[in-house]
Amino acid sequence: MTDVCVVGAGPAGALVADRLAADGHDVTILEAGPRFDETPDTERMERSIRPGHAPTEVWDMGGPRDAYSASGPDFYPLNVARVKGVGGTTNHWQGMVYRLHEADLSGENNAPAWPLSYDDLRPYYIEAERAFGVAGASDNPYAPPREEPHPLPAFPPSHSDSLFADACESVGVTTHAAPNARNSEPYDDRAACVGYGTCKPVCASGAKYSANHTVRQAEAKGVDLVTQAPVQRFETDAAGERVTRAVYVHDGAERTIEAEQFVLAAGGVEIPRLLLLSASDAHPDGLANSSGLVGRYFHDHLFAGMGGTLDEPTRQNHVGFITTESHQFYDDPGAGTGEIPTRDGDLAPFKLEFLNYAGPSPVAMALREDTWGDELRDRLADAYGTHIAMGGLVGQPPLARNRITLDESRTDNHGNPVPDVVWEVDEKTRRTIERANEIQCAILEALGVDIEWTAGPEDTGPAYHHMGTTRMSRDPDAGVVRPDCRTHDVGNLWVASSSVFPNGGALNPTLTIGALALLCADGVDASL
Amino acid sequence: MELTRRDALAALSGTGIALGSGVAALSRESVDANEAGPSLDHTLATLTAAAEVVYPNEVEGIEAFVESYSLGRVEGREGYLAGLRDAVAGLDETALSWEDARFAALAADRRDTVLRQLGVHTADEDPDGTLAERIRYYVVNELLYALYASPTGGELVGIENPQGHPGGVASYQRGPR
Repeated sequence: MTDVCVVGAGPAGALVADRLAADGHDVTILEAGPRFDETPDTERMERSIRPGHAPTEVWDMGGPRDAYSASGPDFYPLNVARVKGVGGTTNHWQGMVYRLHEADLSGENNAPAWPLSYDDLRPYYIEAERAFGVAGASDNPYAPPREEPHPLPAFPPSHSDSLFADACESVGVTTHAAPNARNSEPYDDRAACVGYGTCKPVCASGAKYSANHTVRQAEAKGVDLVTQAPVQRFETDAAGERVTRAVYVHDGAERTIEAEQFVLAAGGVEIPRLLLLSASDAHPDGLANSSGLVGRYFHDHLFAGMGGTLDEPTRQNHVGFITTESHQFYDDPGAGTGEIPTRDGDLAPFKLEFLNYAGPSPVAMALREDTWGDELRDRLADAYGTHIAMGGLVGQPPLARNRITLDESRTDNHGNPVPDVVWEVDEKTRRTIERANEIQCAILEALGVDIEWTAGPEDTGPAYHHMGTTRMSRDPDAGVVRPDCRTHDVGNLWVASSSVFPNGGALNPTLTIGALALLCADGVDASL
Repeated sequence: MELTRRDALAALSGTGIALGSGVAALSRESVDANEAGPSLDHTLATLTAAAEVVYPNEVEGIEAFVESYSLGRVEGREGYLAGLRDAVAGLDETALSWEDARFAALAADRRDTVLRQLGVHTADEDPDGTLAERIRYYVVNELLYALYASPTGGELVGIENPQGHPGGVASYQRGPR
């Protein structure tokens, strides 16, 4: 028997395991996917640029292992939205890291309120920032208060950021640096960014934080990592009060592991799926599901964007990350400026991004054209150089009808029902995307951009942030986990994931996932 | 615009190829001693002949660039090399059938014609696809990736630090020169 069994080697599982090992506990991580060490990241980068490889091939997603359904009104592209293997989805993430706002936690931006305050999370946020190596500046007047600077200096603004600066000022929009989990200088035995320009889905230099870095640190502390070990279900004592063992498959055989404490850290889709797959006489609707809320309130962030061309060079696609944003409208999305009208009505939080990768990447375009030689060179030179664009994320309100369930009609490679993502973009979210587009249009027009495309309410897409499916509440009827991340129903079962977010605001979730993982680890430690 | 072996090494550095001083010699020995199909020299000559068609006219130094780059790409990658040689063999068979000479022996305008009549210009690259798709993958797109993911190739179209090249974090901050 081990002290702690952690399911999942993504950022949450890695941080939980590392912290508990540092506290002196025996920890085993079961990871469904592989280590990704055998293929160089540069080869994965080439896969991401060359058209002969589907996006899912970059990190070996897809096939019977990853089968899923998406039966809701809106399609959800699950297998481009996650990575299974050591490091989890931080292998392909963008590396954007923010603290949720006080108004997110209080439920003023999107309901419901968290049972945790910003002050509760603050010490964990700074620890997560240190673990990830966040490069940032303290120049964001809309962000919650900080106790000390970011661990690394921010990346300087881009040339196109400087083009945007005057336009934003002219319409009353304030800009500021964007924090990145990406080394602006060497940090924690990882190199500084060298500008490969393919951050999402591959950083080939190791400058972008990936949880496989923390897993290595955890292994050095004695953590036992078992890869290619997908957990099939949990088994409990007769009363259903404690998990006694996790059942997993490894090397073609079913195996079990016993532990004092179990931590689920397998992401916002596989966590509710595994709880539902673990139904028993004591937990007929799924493990830890007396509330009936396991899988419900699935929500994501939605993209709002706009772009076009300018009559001067914009210097895009040198790097694959963002250096400037505006959170001016985040807590007050209807607020106007001198040049931007005020909007009444119920709006969700949103943030605005100034992209450094608008328009075509010449090398990627070259591989897809139907000519070569001088003609290809001319096409590339004509297409590249003047594109410019803004993005933004809108926070979707959690709704009970958006949920992860089991599709009993289909099974994965182990005979388990696949997850069904039942998802819909709601009216409040659509209205807020229109609001974000309105402000983006004002900025781009002030800059003199010939606007050529809009990602609005009808052609938005999810940001691949899987939240809400085991929501946190003090009330066992209103949530699956307590404020310390332990499930209400099962005394030794914990959840470290964005699945516990009551609402996810409109900010990329991984820093908050890291903070909650550390909070969860403290709870597990205290229970041992 | 002169391509050099240094450009080839820069392009290779973005593909994860570990380069040692013995790369070229090792590749030639292992390929020519153990494998059927076109010799390594002929494979390289075919890639160079294709590059003379798919690269812009202003590019010079193609032979040395292609040789250095392609030798780096095949070293230690047997499956890749087999696919490349198979594509070269198919290209030669087609050229012999249509033009009575292997691809590399044709005049440049005939090489261009053979590639287009095969449909390589409109084919989607696929290492396991039709002959046109495999030539697109192993020959044309391989050469275009080498060029346009390098700073020299990028500069031809306006970007000195293209995707896939570790060109640092200064260029994105700079305005146009």
